[in-house]
Amino acid sequence: MATIASDNRGLRLAVRYAVLILIAVIFIFPLVFMLMSSLKPDQQLLNDTGSLAAFLPVGDISLDNYSDAFKRAPVGLFIFNSVLVTGVTVLLSLLICSAAAFAFVFVDWRGRELVLTAILATLIVPFETIAIPLLLIASKLPWLGLDGLTFGWLNSYQVQIVPFIADGLTIFLFVQYFKDLPGELIEAARVEGASWGQVYRRIVMPLAGPVLATAAILKFLVMYNQYLWPLMVVQEEGYRPVMVGLQYFFQLNRAWGEIMAYLSMITLPVLAFYLFLQRAFIASIASTGVKG
Amino acid sequence: MASKFTRSNRVGWLMAGPAAFLIAAFVVLPFIFAIILSFTNQRLISPNPTEFIGLSNYEQLLGVGVLSLEPERDAAGAVLRDAEGVPSYKALRSYTRNNPEYPQFDGMREWFSFQQGDNRTYVLARDVVFMKAIVNTFIFVIVVAPVQAGLALVLALLINQRLKGINLFRAIYFMPVVVSIVVVSLLWRFIYDGSSGLLNNLLGALSFGAIPKVDWLGNPSTALGAIIAMSIWQAVGFHMVIWLSGLQTISPSLYEAAAIEGSSKWQVFRYVTWPGLRNTAVLILIVITMQAFSLFSQIDVMTGGGPLDSTQTIVFQAVERGYGKQDISGGSTISVILFVIVLSISLLQRWLTREKN
Repeated sequence: MATIASDNRGLRLAVRYAVLILIAVIFIFPLVFMLMSSLKPDQQLLNDTGSLAAFLPVGDISLDNYSDAFKRAPVGLFIFNSVLVTGVTVLLSLLICSAAAFAFVFVDWRGRELVLTAILATLIVPFETIAIPLLLIASKLPWLGLDGLTFGWLNSYQVQIVPFIADGLTIFLFVQYFKDLPGELIEAARVEGASWGQVYRRIVMPLAGPVLATAAILKFLVMYNQYLWPLMVVQEEGYRPVMVGLQYFFQLNRAWGEIMAYLSMITLPVLAFYLFLQRAFIASIASTGVKG
Repeated sequence: MASKFTRSNRVGWLMAGPAAFLIAAFVVLPFIFAIILSFTNQRLISPNPTEFIGLSNYEQLLGVGVLSLEPERDAAGAVLRDAEGVPSYKALRSYTRNNPEYPQFDGMREWFSFQQGDNRTYVLARDVVFMKAIVNTFIFVIVVAPVQAGLALVLALLINQRLKGINLFRAIYFMPVVVSIVVVSLLWRFIYDGSSGLLNNLLGALSFGAIPKVDWLGNPSTALGAIIAMSIWQAVGFHMVIWLSGLQTISPSLYEAAAIEGSSKWQVFRYVTWPGLRNTAVLILIVITMQAFSLFSQIDVMTGGGPLDSTQTIVFQAVERGYGKQDISGGSTISVILFVIVLSISLLQRWLTREKN
């Protein structure tokens, strides 16, 4: 009897793992295919799709596609642009949204409720519904730069950065987090004569690690993966981010191996970053849902 | 010395001001612009001044008409039929082109038609492509919202087990979420390819060649379905994690009580787990619906709206006009229509899922 029961348990465990592994294969195979194909010459890449070889590093393996991709398009420039736009937006967003949330939660000022309500109301406006008029606005905005005062933000870094610095979701996340901080701490500091700026810098921000990570990760994902907006506002190569740079590989004589190499190059750093900070990534998505 | 209240006012506006200004400038203002521009003939670059043209943009996009035609009859009043017995009708063109008796149909095209006895009823639309885009978008939402939410819940329940290595599986299931939808769409073009695609090869191998090859994205009857399947694959991990965080807020003592009462697995799910997930379910449904209505990148990378407009969507149309044809007012009108749809659906969802006392 005992052995049958334990056999049963073993079998059930095996079935559970089999199901989990099968699902894992469904989620991972396109990425494995991408990586393996990036190492193969075009002809072999296409032939291999007929067998399991598509998912294995077999045959004529080399890094040629990677060096060819660099020859075909300014890949380094695209990556630099994406990193710059994403990095600057994330940093400014953390600063400006946390300061705003601080003012909404701790400071008493006239208009606070109204402004907060208005900001949270923008959560129901999908970006896609404002993209077209925003394109018109961006094409006319003034900019004071090295060339003096110019009009029109098309083909620039700021057009990819400034509209995305402040958003309702990031402010909402900070507000929720700050509300749970002990208010007595802030009151005590104020009574002892600390300025609001000092309270923000020395007390609240040092406690805000988890929400900073959450907001940074969400913003990073949105910004790095931007497609629709840069597609419309950046025609010049000099400012193109990686997702729009992809178009280079669909012009004359399409080379699938090079495309796979390019896709791998723009995806693997994000995947590595994700696997390294996996818990923080998943916690950040989860936190968008808990309080909802 | 300033009083405490005015100082707080200054500090409050100083700290919240930049964010409030940016949101006003880049969310609220374009939103208001969208509404205003939708009543004009604004273009991105135009030599002519912008004019207000009332509801004309909406008329151009949403105008529909129904025309029921009686069959043509000969002098004796008998219905004229062709060789196969199908009654013949006057050409549709004769009603929709410069016919002073039917000014309301002028410039419209056939959207679809159906037969009622000997009469043939045509549903006409001023912009047939946009009508298809609306229908496709609704199909996408109606399929994706429940299927993706349901699959995500199943995955969350699987991942919520206490098993060795479960975190690894959670990490893998979530992985497509961090990959750009543009990259994912390109990879899936290989999977769906008509000749050497991975899906065709897999189906062929499983059926020993019995299943014929399908050009999944090149066939009007499968293209939208293929995009739906891929979109679910990409985003399901996102909602799995939200379900998971909902599952973990349910008190373990409830499960212990259910175990003591000897409840079955289904009973535990029905009476403990599901009620505990109510708020999560509402949130997930609303979020998926909003995301699904914004369908664009997949279309742009995979099909460009084709074949035969079978994958046209509302946002794709907005971009094609507003950016592609530089018709800002047309694109803005579509944006406003989209917003009205999204808003009404989320209000409806909220109302349907409200707490009943």
